[in-house]
Amino acid sequence: MSEALARSIAAPGYRAPTLWRRLGRSWQVRIGAAVVAALGLVVLVTPAVAPYDPAQPNVQDRFQGPSRAHPLGTDDLGRDLLSRILYGSRISLAIGVIAVGIAFTGGVAFGLFAGFYPRLDNLIMRSMDVLLAFPGLLLAIAILGALGPSLTNAMIAVGIASIPSFVRITRSAVLAVRSQEYVEASRALGVRDAHILVRHVLPNISPAVIVTTTLSMANAILAASVLSFLGLGAQPPTPEWGAMVFVAKNYLGFAPHIALFPILAIFVTVLGFNFLGDGLRDALDPRLSRL
Amino acid sequence: MASYITGRLLLTVPVLVGVSVLVFLILHLTPGNPALVVAGPDAPPDVVREVEHTLGLDQPLYVQYGKYVLRLIHGDLGRSVRSHEPVLRQLLTTLPVTITLALVGVALTVAVSVPVGIVAAYNRNSPLDLATICAVLAASAMPVFAVGLILLWIFAITLRWFPLSGYAPLTTVDGWRHIALPAVTVSSGAVALLARLTRSSMLETLHQDYVRTARAKGLWEPGVVVRHAFRNALLPVITIVGLQFGFLLSGAVVTESIFSLPGMGRLLVDAILGRDFPVVQGAVLMLALTFVLTNLLVDIAYAAVDPRVRYA
Repeated sequence: MSEALARSIAAPGYRAPTLWRRLGRSWQVRIGAAVVAALGLVVLVTPAVAPYDPAQPNVQDRFQGPSRAHPLGTDDLGRDLLSRILYGSRISLAIGVIAVGIAFTGGVAFGLFAGFYPRLDNLIMRSMDVLLAFPGLLLAIAILGALGPSLTNAMIAVGIASIPSFVRITRSAVLAVRSQEYVEASRALGVRDAHILVRHVLPNISPAVIVTTTLSMANAILAASVLSFLGLGAQPPTPEWGAMVFVAKNYLGFAPHIALFPILAIFVTVLGFNFLGDGLRDALDPRLSRL
Repeated sequence: MASYITGRLLLTVPVLVGVSVLVFLILHLTPGNPALVVAGPDAPPDVVREVEHTLGLDQPLYVQYGKYVLRLIHGDLGRSVRSHEPVLRQLLTTLPVTITLALVGVALTVAVSVPVGIVAAYNRNSPLDLATICAVLAASAMPVFAVGLILLWIFAITLRWFPLSGYAPLTTVDGWRHIALPAVTVSSGAVALLARLTRSSMLETLHQDYVRTARAKGLWEPGVVVRHAFRNALLPVITIVGLQFGFLLSGAVVTESIFSLPGMGRLLVDAILGRDFPVVQGAVLMLALTFVLTNLLVDIAYAAVDPRVRYA
């Protein structure tokens, strides 16, 4: 510790920065939170503010560039791109929440058991090794190979493919907490394992899990858009951003805006979640930034 | 070194068994009767039964798995239910395209990101350093297909410098023109990641005592950076290059679809859309095997570069 820092801490009236203050100081958290909050707002107000029905074709207005009537232009069937992108935000957020929900539930449960019960550790972690033998996207594609292409199956596939990262992070956090005195004291007092896991272990590993959840949202939205682009996820005419680009790639030569606006929507959303996740990681547990 | 390689090979066996179980289960995780999915919803019962027999679904699960493993050992991956061609032949036709794309992608990744990472670390907080950080942030949020489509739009459609699609062997100039945009696409994410890693790894080694000693001895500065600092910063870089090869393989699935390359990724996507289970199983197995073997080679290279790994 530097002398100056030691002096300032020793000085009367010194208060360690609270978590909120640390979060507020981070530019990444501020930008990320603003983007995610804006996305949440868009999801809520879309039915009220979307100028057109996202599924309503209008063949007379096909391939129009941005104009006052259609601020982002129209697509190959004359549908308003702004309305489709606004409605697409609901699908993308749903994909993120459901896929990460699956990964969180499975990953945290397996990670808790693997970290807390040495007997289960080997079995669970070797199973995870098998899942990790597939690059994440390939695992999701393989699962879709079994379940068949659809938006719901894409969410399930992305969720399952994200389980190993949750297991690894949770397990390593549990391993660090398991040998702490308060856990040993609870055990010595005869407290049940389930109680120790829920009341003592889970709250203490929550920073690692919160960071992983936020970063996984970005990855899930990105992976689902890739699956939809390949025709394996959301199917046209669903206004999912990846599926919109899937259709738009055929008209790149004369109407590139049909592809560019959904790409921009994916980019900003994913960047927002990435910023938020990175900022949270630095604020909640700087050691995690080295993982 | 031999005992290290043997141990590492033995560790790969259970993973390969697990991979084979997962790939085998692809057919059985299908909701409903997979034979009905293959034959079509209106197929008569005798056709469904025939498909069941062809896929081996009329036998107990453990018998099916046993036969599947035996067939794998003999190099028999079954036949496509659509084209009736042997799956292995289809895979062997398409694998070179995918491997070529991934290898050119890795070469491009290393050729661009390592020098950029070194220069960025050496000139910390310079515009180049800042540009590297921004590129990493942008690449982490940009889907592979977006990079591919933007490149396609600018360089193939607007400027017409490169062909829109297709593939030719790299022995010809045309082959390099065909692979250029797909290779840049597939390596876009990896370049940013590896440049950041090289930068941070170099920042650590540039401040080590042995680098200061080398400078104090009056050695030539580029020699100090490359021979003293970079050699010691190489270890994490090798790991990420190896890991990125796997991610380039999955990126190849997307890239092949954009640029209509006749690779294994496109074969896999077409097979999923056509519900051609034997081809899906074969392609997934082949891609996973390539990934596992690459990781094995990386671990061995790791031990060869750093003796500490062997004795750990």
